[in-house]
Amino acid sequence: MRIHRFHGGMRLDLRKQAALARPIRPCPLPPQLAIPLAARADMAARAVVAPGRRVRRGEVIGRIEGAHGTTVHASTSGTVLAVEARPLADADARAGPCVVIEPDGADDEQRLPPIEDWRDAPRAALLERLRETGIVGLGGGAFPSAAKLAGAQPTLIVNGAECEPYVACDEALLRERAEEVVAGAALLAHVLGAARTFIAVEEAMPQALAALESALHAAPFEGAALAAVPTRYPEGGERQLIQALTGREVPSGGLPQDLGIVCHNVATAAAAWRAVARGEALTARIVTVTGAGVVEPGNFEVRLGTPLAWLVEQAGGYTARAARLLAGGPMTGVALPHDDVPASAATHCVLVLAEHDLRDAAPELPCIRCAECARVCPARLQPLQLLADLRADDTAEARAHALADCIECGLCAYACPSHIPLVDWFRRGKAELRAQAAARANADAARERYRAREARLAREREERLQRSAARRAELAAAQAPTPPISKDAVLAAIARGRARKRVPPPGGESGGDA
Amino acid sequence: MFAALLTLVLVGAAFALALRCAERRLRAARAPVTADAIDALLPQTQCGQCGYGGCRPYAEALARGEADLNRCPPGGMAGVRALANLLGRAPKPIDPACGREKPPAVALIDEDVCIGCTKCIQACPVDAIVGASRLMHTVVGDLCTGCELCVPACPVDCIAMAPVEGRTPPPRPGAAARTQVAAS
Repeated sequence: MRIHRFHGGMRLDLRKQAALARPIRPCPLPPQLAIPLAARADMAARAVVAPGRRVRRGEVIGRIEGAHGTTVHASTSGTVLAVEARPLADADARAGPCVVIEPDGADDEQRLPPIEDWRDAPRAALLERLRETGIVGLGGGAFPSAAKLAGAQPTLIVNGAECEPYVACDEALLRERAEEVVAGAALLAHVLGAARTFIAVEEAMPQALAALESALHAAPFEGAALAAVPTRYPEGGERQLIQALTGREVPSGGLPQDLGIVCHNVATAAAAWRAVARGEALTARIVTVTGAGVVEPGNFEVRLGTPLAWLVEQAGGYTARAARLLAGGPMTGVALPHDDVPASAATHCVLVLAEHDLRDAAPELPCIRCAECARVCPARLQPLQLLADLRADDTAEARAHALADCIECGLCAYACPSHIPLVDWFRRGKAELRAQAAARANADAARERYRAREARLAREREERLQRSAARRAELAAAQAPTPPISKDAVLAAIARGRARKRVPPPGGESGGDA
Repeated sequence: MFAALLTLVLVGAAFALALRCAERRLRAARAPVTADAIDALLPQTQCGQCGYGGCRPYAEALARGEADLNRCPPGGMAGVRALANLLGRAPKPIDPACGREKPPAVALIDEDVCIGCTKCIQACPVDAIVGASRLMHTVVGDLCTGCELCVPACPVDCIAMAPVEGRTPPPRPGAAARTQVAAS
């Protein structure tokens, strides 16, 4: 098949061998788990367990309602110690709600009944299963998978093109469990009703490709095709991969669904298959722990909520050269101030860099408008122009220059000869755009409430006026029956009184005699 | 010398005249900006700091061309720029006579001090305060626009403005900020 090119991108030194030297190791249970209720900053689940409650592995502990609804599960059996805010593997280790569990060591698991004959099961039942098992995108986005699969689409892409240096969790999965990925791809294609399914890996992953080939040969399904895409960062970005495979570009501000395409990570496909065919909830994921700063780099099967400190300990601990801890890869990851943060469904890599890997030491220089950033940008943006807009606090202009289309791949900052932290600027700018949109929505809601209140006050005023008018009319009506008294009537009354005095009423005395 | 000067002056005058005529005759027709479009950009705090008693009246005054576009401190410079863009006028700093641009805040009632007089409920333009007579009142934080109108209304001064966490932008990236890029 023909592979197309996308704009920009760079060949990077991959450095994946260190993590792939050993097979996937299970990470032992830590003394305490803090399971994040919000793997994405914009979607926080509501906790449905209280401290003191005993839970089993796979039991629902948090829930998000609505169209993007999903669930969060206990990743081992034990006792809920607290539901509280804990620092997360997020920029500056910002705190977010977590369910803290003390494992009892039994690792007693609760599973849903397997749906063996999923090929005959109704779509709605499979979507419900994915929601109830908390399957979210494991490529780093952690977006609820059921929401992405809600509409039927003709094309499915299963993304194994893990392009970021150091990160090797998907490659390890493909090497060791390719049959799960192929079964998951078949399942997702069935749910979507997709006629075509691409399972994409990079050319630099020959072993993974061979494993996939034999797995697909053993369990073929209709419309499936393997694709090896050139190793060029960020080939594994959703939009870039779609362009490489189909030659079509996702429109600015649009979604792959607009082109009839849905993209899922290979690990998501495998987790979806386990959820359906085995009834397993999402309670663990594969995490790459690597870099010159760890003693024994490798891939670990990690329970969600495991502290990174514990995880690094399983990889032999830090070396003397360890200088920086990142959640995520070197290009898109965020630097963490400490390692007391839990792994979430979005944590695909824990990278510990040594001093010689860093380049902050170089001072930031003025932008010389060399446009190297624009040359490498895979989203075809003008990072230098966006930087000028954001430095001037002109977010409206930055929005007009399509800041929202930035995929934060990090290439502009990497290519910049002036060492300007462009991605930091763009992350902040995008957060600002989101905050402005939220403020706008709040203002519109405030306007509605203001109008409703004005209408209510006007109505109340009107009712008060009507009531007082009615009361006045009532009073007037009460006084109306006393007609004006004429002089003749007064004289007549006086005459009647006098007449009564002179003539005593009949029967007055006779009554007295009786 | 004199002839040269005269020629330049005459040429200048001729161009000035031509430009003036062109400006009059060829002016681009601009649809008048509606008060609705302006109102959509205002922050809807209904605080009255602009001096028009609310967002809608200010939007109407702006649409009529009577008001200046820098009279809305809650909208901030971002709001001024948006208005300037819509109205085709030059942005200018917020009029200090109207107030200062402040970080986002919401009203917070000290519930131990509140006497339940309902004065703040009557003052709140967006129904963000709940409570009943002689019972404690409280501000619904998500609904509060931070207009501060309830603050002077309180007879026991139990309402304070509290900054909103998460709505204040993070610091500007600089040389001190960490970059995540490894050298290869």
